[in-house]
Amino acid sequence: MLSRTAANLFWMGRHLERADTAARLLDVGQRITLLPNTASGYQNEWNSLLQASGTASLFAEKYGEISQENIEEFIFFDRDNPSSVMSCIERARESGRIVRTALTSQVWDALNVAYQDLRRIEKTPRDKIDTASLTDFTTSHTSTVRGAINATQLRNDGWHFMNLGYGLERADATARLLDVKYYVLLPRIEFVGSGLDTYQWQVILRALSAHRAYHWAYGGDITAGRVADFLILNGESPRSLITSLYEAVWNLEGLAKRYGETVPTNARDKAREVLSRLQAHDIDMVFDEGLHEFLTWFIGEIGTISTLVHEDYLLGGS
Amino acid sequence: MSYYNEMYEGSRVREPYARLSQWVETMPADFRQMKQAEAEALFRRIGITFAVYGEGGDPDRLIPFDMMPRVFEQSEWRKLERGIKQRARALNAFLRDVYGRAEIVRAGRIPARLVYQNEAYEKAVVGVVPPRGVYSHIIGIDLVRTSKDEFFVLEDNCRTPSGVSYMLENREIMMRMFPGLFRGNRIEPVDQYPDLLRRTLESVAPAKCHDRPTCVVLTPGHFNSAYYEHSFLANLMGVELVEGADLFVDGEFVYMRTTQGPKRVDVIYRRIDDPFLDPLCFRPDSMLGVPGLMDVYRSGGVSICSAPGAGVADDKAIYTFVPEMVRFYLGEEPMLQNVQTWTLWKDDDYRYVMEHLPDLVVKEVHGSGGYGMLVGPKSTKEEIETFRRKIEADPGNYIAQPTLALSTCPTFVAEGLAPRHVDLRPYCLCGDRIELVPGGLTRVALREGSLVVNSSQGGGVKDTWVLSE
Repeated sequence: MLSRTAANLFWMGRHLERADTAARLLDVGQRITLLPNTASGYQNEWNSLLQASGTASLFAEKYGEISQENIEEFIFFDRDNPSSVMSCIERARESGRIVRTALTSQVWDALNVAYQDLRRIEKTPRDKIDTASLTDFTTSHTSTVRGAINATQLRNDGWHFMNLGYGLERADATARLLDVKYYVLLPRIEFVGSGLDTYQWQVILRALSAHRAYHWAYGGDITAGRVADFLILNGESPRSLITSLYEAVWNLEGLAKRYGETVPTNARDKAREVLSRLQAHDIDMVFDEGLHEFLTWFIGEIGTISTLVHEDYLLGGS
Repeated sequence: MSYYNEMYEGSRVREPYARLSQWVETMPADFRQMKQAEAEALFRRIGITFAVYGEGGDPDRLIPFDMMPRVFEQSEWRKLERGIKQRARALNAFLRDVYGRAEIVRAGRIPARLVYQNEAYEKAVVGVVPPRGVYSHIIGIDLVRTSKDEFFVLEDNCRTPSGVSYMLENREIMMRMFPGLFRGNRIEPVDQYPDLLRRTLESVAPAKCHDRPTCVVLTPGHFNSAYYEHSFLANLMGVELVEGADLFVDGEFVYMRTTQGPKRVDVIYRRIDDPFLDPLCFRPDSMLGVPGLMDVYRSGGVSICSAPGAGVADDKAIYTFVPEMVRFYLGEEPMLQNVQTWTLWKDDDYRYVMEHLPDLVVKEVHGSGGYGMLVGPKSTKEEIETFRRKIEADPGNYIAQPTLALSTCPTFVAEGLAPRHVDLRPYCLCGDRIELVPGGLTRVALREGSLVVNSSQGGGVKDTWVLSE
């Protein structure tokens, strides 16, 4: 497979997952701000959200004031924000267009329809749109594309690169969404274990579409330890760090097997190493280490794996 | 001027259109509008769009698709097919000749100036004979019809004729929307085209290639207006779609960069123009090409389709000599006629043309896409005078032709069916064999009375049927 094709498939996967994350972020923020008793109004909540997604300074520069409308515009529509739903879908579609030959018509179709619909929504007056429908729009389109990929794409190296993109991005995104909790809570440590705390954990679960899954898996009350366990170490949870990383490893193993010994496997080796470190953790260790510190380490490792994927496969070996 | 209507003879429906006529008559207007919308949605979904240079606006514009097919009888098609193949053979013989001993020039049949001072003449490939002596592997021949039996060649496209994806997709969409039509009529299929194309490319692999040849489609990139077609063809042939940066030269071969390291490439179906192929040989500022590619080509390490320099056979000045080529190389009489053409660098022609501008069509010798031309009868006095001054400034840059009575084909407009002018571009493949699929791209001038069918000038497309016996 052409290196350029592989790179585009990889980034198509990443951007689709990132669009999904942006929409979920918007949903988390929206729900957290619905709480009646936050101390300094909703400004802080939104700000921590932007911090977690790494776009706080860009927002401040362009919009200054935090308002529901500005945030929605920024996270959903703004092309200057490389992580906005609009930017991500547009870039995913662009990648898809470049590698049309590597996609089935069903996948291209789903991707193109998502883009065309998004352009239509963009022209709708903003007061006619509510946040929830934007989130639904995004998750439903990204799911359709994902479904088309799973149902119709050949299980070849291209498939591995796409899913590798998805896996790494999802690992990164879940880590960042969990980190929102850290940013939101940090100034008010006395809230830990309070009703507000529980509510915030619930919101995170909900944003990851994991609310019900959590209850099936654990039953009973929502506690910080269990939610963190569910989203970090539970191998049944579809968006947990361990599941996402496991998927990345599985796809890297697939590539290594397919390509044989002449092609380097540094990405695979690194991913294996991070996975075994995750497997050696239990949730108490994570909290002892500090949730934020743990997540920061993890996000860094995902970045390293991504760089190694480029070095191993995407430069063309010339 | 009266025009040949391909469907009606007076009020009588011609035989090949009999069933279509019933189909139209029994179709309710709202159903037609629904189907038209459906077709458009399908095109947009598939992503077939067309960017028009210099017009701004929607970069993903659709070429209008007309649902009313254009029909040829088997006997009509047979005749065209023979003429097209003959012409394709002559054009390739000409190319082989002018990059070799140039017998046709020595014999005084074609002026040396028109060949050697032609911008498309590539000194870099003189003496290089590509595999099987084929220079132009895909030849698009633009035809117009003026009566039941009269077809004229409007121009030849020997470099990289585009539009074949529309031929295939138009059919696909018609079959999807109106399966009944295809059950009722016996219509020759066209969807074998990509396989034929792949076979053609493989058949001209270099002698140095000993295994099954690796073919690729070389595109300038996804910002090119024909990118959809490049990816579409690569996909249907099952070959890689590459950009210049995906290829590199190492020693005597060309390789592509893959996830498993370098892979050798044997045949390049290029969709970029000669000047951009190799910055070391042609334009040094080209980012689209592959440095060193021409050296590999000249030493027989890779085949390039069409061969660099093939364009010398298809400009509008050389065009006037194609019937001469047929006689000279094949010893046959041309089956397809040229349109009478006045070349303005000849004094007599110049005088005649300047006196008759309002009746003529004047074109730039190197122009294409319907740009830079004057359609005398459809132009205002001012437009004609403006054009006259352009001609006076550089007569050698123009040719003129009579305004042809282009045939019309019924086309759906707001009020129902109405006649609109059409042309036809079949695609002839030249490798170890010369082949073409029964059909081609029919372009239709959607504006009433307009004779310009180019998609950049408000033209649309139709499905083209050849009925089997």
